[in-house]
Amino acid sequence: MFAIGLAHYLTVAAILFTLGVFGIFLNRKNVITIMMSIELMLLAVNLNLVAFSSFLNDLVGQVFAMFILTVAAAEAAIGLAIVVIFFRNRGTIAVEEISQLKG
Amino acid sequence: MIAAFIFYMFAALAVASGVMVISARNPVHSVLFLIMCFFNAAGLFLLLGAEFLAMVLVVVYVGAVAVLFLFVVMMLDINFLRLREGVAQYLPIGAVIGLVLLVELAVMFGGWAFAPDVEALVKAPAPAADQIANTEALGRLLYTDYAYLFQASGLILLVAMVGSILLTHRRRPGVRKQVIADQIARTGKNSVEIVKVPTGGGI
Repeated sequence: MFAIGLAHYLTVAAILFTLGVFGIFLNRKNVITIMMSIELMLLAVNLNLVAFSSFLNDLVGQVFAMFILTVAAAEAAIGLAIVVIFFRNRGTIAVEEISQLKG
Repeated sequence: MIAAFIFYMFAALAVASGVMVISARNPVHSVLFLIMCFFNAAGLFLLLGAEFLAMVLVVVYVGAVAVLFLFVVMMLDINFLRLREGVAQYLPIGAVIGLVLLVELAVMFGGWAFAPDVEALVKAPAPAADQIANTEALGRLLYTDYAYLFQASGLILLVAMVGSILLTHRRRPGVRKQVIADQIARTGKNSVEIVKVPTGGGI
């Protein structure tokens, strides 16, 4: 109980990842909350990588976590830009309204 | 004992604020709970000895990404309550899928162990913490073995910056702006005119 091992961190990461997936289902209409759920999932993945890096004494995991951080930041910037221009054009960000590419 | 207590505090707060992120009615509260979740995850990173990543998480995620979310949420004039209408309808299927995912992960953890030769597979052994700081060790690895990936991630950030500026930039009609090309193309021939003014007549 009091010895914190790798399994503890993996459990926290698994719960956070599941919360992210659950959040996508729960807020299916709101793009912004879906993006926040994606951030939560990426955070869980980072936690996994850093936990393994720490317990295996291998720094490569932290390097990968940093690259994931970079890509997540880029993804958030692009996604929010798309949300902003979509709102400017259509006046809504409800997911079911975003169907112009369906043809 | 103390470390275990701190771990449980950070973990519980991270999970609790994760729950609030997806269940808060107001998206502004969601973003604020996301920030709290990031802070607690940074605490977990500190416990794991990844000090640099913990600070990067606070600076990049809390300072940039979460604030960007906050800007967008506050900038868009949306009735967020209307977006939450179908929640009760999506709750069962979401709960089932989340539960299945969690059980799958638990089953995987149950039957999982390190490979016997895991020590030999370590690519870049972390030096002892009392010899070299985590930031310095990470920097040495990043600028040597992973220099190309580092450049590539810089390129990704550049593309993201150019892309989001291009997407959100708009040209409004009726705004007077300096057109430098027109100014340079101006010559004396088309801008100065000699007019013969008759005495007492004016122009």
